[in-house]
Amino acid sequence: MAVPLLEVKDLRVQFPTEDGLVKAVDGISFSIDPGETLGVVGESGSGKSVSFLTVMGLTRSRTAIIEGEVLFQGQDLLTLPNEEIQGVRGSQISMIFQDPMTSLHPYYRVGVQIAESIRTHQKVSKQEGMEQAVEMLNRVGIPRPEERARQYPHEFSGGMRQRAMIAMALSLNPDLLIADEPTTALDVTVQAQILDLLDRLKQEFNASVVIITHDLGVVAEHCDHIQVMYAGKIVESGDRRDVYYDSHHPYTWGLLSSIPRMDETSARERLNPIKGLPPSLIHIPPGCAFHPRCPYRFERCDQDVPSLLTSDGHHASACHLSLADKERIFKENVMARS
Amino acid sequence: MGRYLIRRTLFLILVLFIVSIITFVVFVKLPAQDPALRAAGRSPTPQLIATIREKFGLDRPLYVQYSRFARGLVPWPGLFLDEEVYFSYTNHVAVREEIYSRVPVSATLTFGAAVIWLAVGIPIGIVSAIKPRSLFDRAGMIFALIGVSAPVFWLGLLSLYVFWFKLGWLPGSGIPPDETIPQAVLAGRFILPWGVLALAFAAFYSRMVRGNLIETMSEDYIRTARAKGISENRVIFKHGLRASLTPVVTMLGLDLGILLGGAVITETVFNLPGLGQYAIRSLLNSDFPAIMGVTLFASFCIVVGNLLVDVAYAFLDPRVRYT
Repeated sequence: MAVPLLEVKDLRVQFPTEDGLVKAVDGISFSIDPGETLGVVGESGSGKSVSFLTVMGLTRSRTAIIEGEVLFQGQDLLTLPNEEIQGVRGSQISMIFQDPMTSLHPYYRVGVQIAESIRTHQKVSKQEGMEQAVEMLNRVGIPRPEERARQYPHEFSGGMRQRAMIAMALSLNPDLLIADEPTTALDVTVQAQILDLLDRLKQEFNASVVIITHDLGVVAEHCDHIQVMYAGKIVESGDRRDVYYDSHHPYTWGLLSSIPRMDETSARERLNPIKGLPPSLIHIPPGCAFHPRCPYRFERCDQDVPSLLTSDGHHASACHLSLADKERIFKENVMARS
Repeated sequence: MGRYLIRRTLFLILVLFIVSIITFVVFVKLPAQDPALRAAGRSPTPQLIATIREKFGLDRPLYVQYSRFARGLVPWPGLFLDEEVYFSYTNHVAVREEIYSRVPVSATLTFGAAVIWLAVGIPIGIVSAIKPRSLFDRAGMIFALIGVSAPVFWLGLLSLYVFWFKLGWLPGSGIPPDETIPQAVLAGRFILPWGVLALAFAAFYSRMVRGNLIETMSEDYIRTARAKGISENRVIFKHGLRASLTPVVTMLGLDLGILLGGAVITETVFNLPGLGQYAIRSLLNSDFPAIMGVTLFASFCIVVGNLLVDVAYAFLDPRVRYT
């Protein structure tokens, strides 16, 4: 097995607030291999964005309590001094965000913003920086890149801005690109274009990619490995096939069943949402955090916290149901309907 | 841009027209002493009063009186503040001369104070915003609270008492008639007025910069800048400050416009012969041509300040375009 590019061990992120301690990320461990695409799926507040902002050292609150290890190429990013982590950010790990409308600085030309990223990490002249920026805009499929580089973000459409963000993120040929809900704010047709672009560039730049999303449909086609998060924990993780065709966690079942179907038979069916609301991260339910919303819960569920266990070495789930039960319920109730 | 400027100029004329009508109506309706009676001196003959009334145009219908004043507002060499009409009722000096001789005093006071309040207010605002709830932030905001709440006349008198009367470090109020403005500046006569006028504005600006910068620093594009790996200083000064100083420019334009038309209290306390002092004196003497002249000059400064701010915006914010 290859040495992982990024290895996160027992990461916890907590924010003290007046109402109590918010456990945003509650002990997650995972790793990303070079060249792999990882999909991270969960509802709002499941801790998926916070985990990766923490990996980048971008956790907003100064008071956040961060524990665990984030090993990137063997180096623990959490203990690195600020200047060194700045050297990693943008050049080795880069990130694009959900809303391309607000993620670019409105007062600076797009080319200048990309060139700034390049010039932060490489000793190149202003002009060379601009030339590289134009080249990057060209590579992400923006027509007339010389002209576009001289324009301001408000002159770009949403999809074009996200392309510009991707150009900025890839301009230093990073080893890892984190895409935090890269398509959520975009039109459906543009979403597909951006995801295809990410796929293509991932090959060209030979980078690992993390796609954070709340949409299982997004990760289906584009990820090798998928982990599902709920209330700050990973509840299921496995290859794409495992999670789609042999899912072992009731929360994932809920997500799969809630994907709308467009075929004839289901045209008159209502959407099938997961009942209830995600828990407050201050008062996380005892036992399995999902038990209040879980239709398959039994006595153990509100007492013991299930660990993330694997039966075959790569597909893991955190649920007290027996493997046989999981497979049976998935076949009967989830596969049959979706 | 050209069409925009033309439209704004027409708007400026409209504003001045409305201000002039309001000023005229208020004056006519106010129970003031008959200007002719006052101009005639002690024990006037009815004939003399009649002559003066005719000279001032007070015997004509109101609309004729107004149109005489309105004609003097046309910015044309022969017409503008025509000395025939805009001639003080009380000290018999042309309003135009009076205004022209006082503008440099008000301008020196205003721009000097502006340099101080920007140099003090902006850095305090920045440091407070970067380290919110720190000791410096608390101290800065207490300074701001004091600066905003201390009345200018009290602060002026207090500073005169301490620095002139008690310590003798700085000259007292007023400018001797034989001193030019550069001489007065060198003699330190503007130091106290600048400081007192600047304090309130510095306080206000530091609060504004702090608020804007804190808000800007939570924008998504600041997170993007951090994600690029650029240094925190560059994030603050290049990305944060750039966006949060734009509203400061707006305020500055308006404040300068207002103060150029006369920093009334400061000029009165420090006995500076600026427009504010002239405005007060004209009001107390019901000197209508002077009131009309100084009010319109002040309105002109404010509207032009406004216009300059809007034009500056087109250069500061690429999203703003005027058509």
